[in-house]
Amino acid sequence: MNIEKNTASKNRIIENIFSKFFFLSAIISIMSLVIIIIFVFAKGIPAIIEIGLMDFIFGKLWRPSSNDFGILPMILGSIYATIGALLIGVPIGILTAIYMSEIASKQIRKMIIPMVELLAGIPSVIYGFFGLIVIVPLIDQIAGNGGNSLLAAMIILGIMILPTIINISDTSLRAVPKEYRENSIALGASKMQTIFGVVLPAAKSGVLTAVVLGIGRAIGETMAVILVAGNSPQIPISIFDRFRSMTANIAIEMGYAFGLHQEALFATGVVLFVFIIILNLGLNLFIRKASD
Amino acid sequence: MKIISKKLVSILLIGVLVVGIFSGCSKANDSASNEKYLSIVGSTSVTPVLTQLADAYMTLNDGVKIDVQGIGSSAGVKAAYDKSADIGMSSRNLKEAEKEWNLIETTIAYDGIAISVNPNNTVEKLTIEQVKDIFKGIITNWNEVGGKDEEIIVISRESGSGTRGAFEGLVGLEEKDADGNKFSVLVEDALIADGNGAVKANVASKENAIGYLSFSYLDSSIKTLVINDIEPLVENIENGTYKISRPFLLLTNDESSKLANDFIEYILSDEGQNIVADKLISVK
Repeated sequence: MNIEKNTASKNRIIENIFSKFFFLSAIISIMSLVIIIIFVFAKGIPAIIEIGLMDFIFGKLWRPSSNDFGILPMILGSIYATIGALLIGVPIGILTAIYMSEIASKQIRKMIIPMVELLAGIPSVIYGFFGLIVIVPLIDQIAGNGGNSLLAAMIILGIMILPTIINISDTSLRAVPKEYRENSIALGASKMQTIFGVVLPAAKSGVLTAVVLGIGRAIGETMAVILVAGNSPQIPISIFDRFRSMTANIAIEMGYAFGLHQEALFATGVVLFVFIIILNLGLNLFIRKASD
Repeated sequence: MKIISKKLVSILLIGVLVVGIFSGCSKANDSASNEKYLSIVGSTSVTPVLTQLADAYMTLNDGVKIDVQGIGSSAGVKAAYDKSADIGMSSRNLKEAEKEWNLIETTIAYDGIAISVNPNNTVEKLTIEQVKDIFKGIITNWNEVGGKDEEIIVISRESGSGTRGAFEGLVGLEEKDADGNKFSVLVEDALIADGNGAVKANVASKENAIGYLSFSYLDSSIKTLVINDIEPLVENIENGTYKISRPFLLLTNDESSKLANDFIEYILSDEGQNIVADKLISVK
């Protein structure tokens, strides 16, 4: 009796300790986020105030040596590169997902899945290196501009977001109930009509989630972009122009910056952060709306 | 009972780890103030030679520990000023604002900056004026300087780089704004390469590219231009005819330790300068 009571209380103590431990783990994750946000904003906000929000975000000239800190070229560069990546990656990604979930046989599907996973696992510097030695010279031959360009970054980013888009679209397409397809075929629709008229609309929210996560990946990519973009802080007019992304701006100059220049780089990080937060909030709102 | 003892052991282990972390900290702090420890930070161009010198000095002097870190010239000057490092390294002369900090400058070597093009380029020589106009974006085609009818691809370094600062100062790519601050007038669409090695790789792979880099990075993958009819050679820097060269500086402050001064003395000795002369121009 006594022993049983003893074990019961011991168990309770252990349970207690473990739940505290899990709680601690959760706190550490959240604290990391909070500390990063506080740090980046604390370092960046004073620079934005000193430079002036409008001059900082809409300034067209980035020239730290004369204290010109306008990041509009970088903001536009990041946005253009991301749009280009979506134009390339989204159609290919969604069609691949449709092929995998609706058309391909089980064997072929089993072959494609690990390859897509491998594509996701390739480090970004390898993508960049591939871009530098394959895509950049190719563009140089066509346009004669040296090859480092917006187009090169779009292509590399377009490939890099494929796994994200394929995996999530595939999952959501497969989650569409079988009855949808059966009913559509029974009504006389062809297979293609079924896919594009019934299955894809039904998986809409999942596919859009895939696209938004793809945007997040493209806008945050650093290493691969630095290697192929040319990194000139100018507003790109054509896809053959060199450009600099916000992430590249931080990574390239951080090692050499001090004073206001360094703070301006943190401020670039703040702007990037705000972009990502808006993206995530938009996604959450959309998912909530779609599930209503 | 078994569970409790296991737990005890794990708590003890955690305790040991925590103590270990803190003791690690205090040790590091101790050695920073220790007479046998030097921290040297600054220019990435100076880092390779200083690492070699530090290794040689450490083999000669038992128990001395020297940390050399390449974080850029500007940061190196700053670190010597705010005493976050014992010695700062710079690969350019100090700016006006930095001169006011009263740092002690020691020139340990000179390095040339070579202007390089792709080996397939037919241009062999340029004047400093032409170099300036190319990097300013006034000359944009190789046929304006005797080459093929191809657009020039200008390759430069990131803002804050010591090599870039020295190059722009020497070639005349700096202008002053109304407040007297110097700023760079580099052409806006210049390709920005991250480091000497990246400049070389870009020039080697792009037929119409032009870039500038430290002498120590030159090899046969790129072609070095004759500037103002002077070959970019070590002896031409020594006799003062090749003008695009810069000093490698070590910066200390009046509170620097005896060890820091001893180390600098060693670098300036015949033995130290022999190591320097391997790739750079010694000051002797």
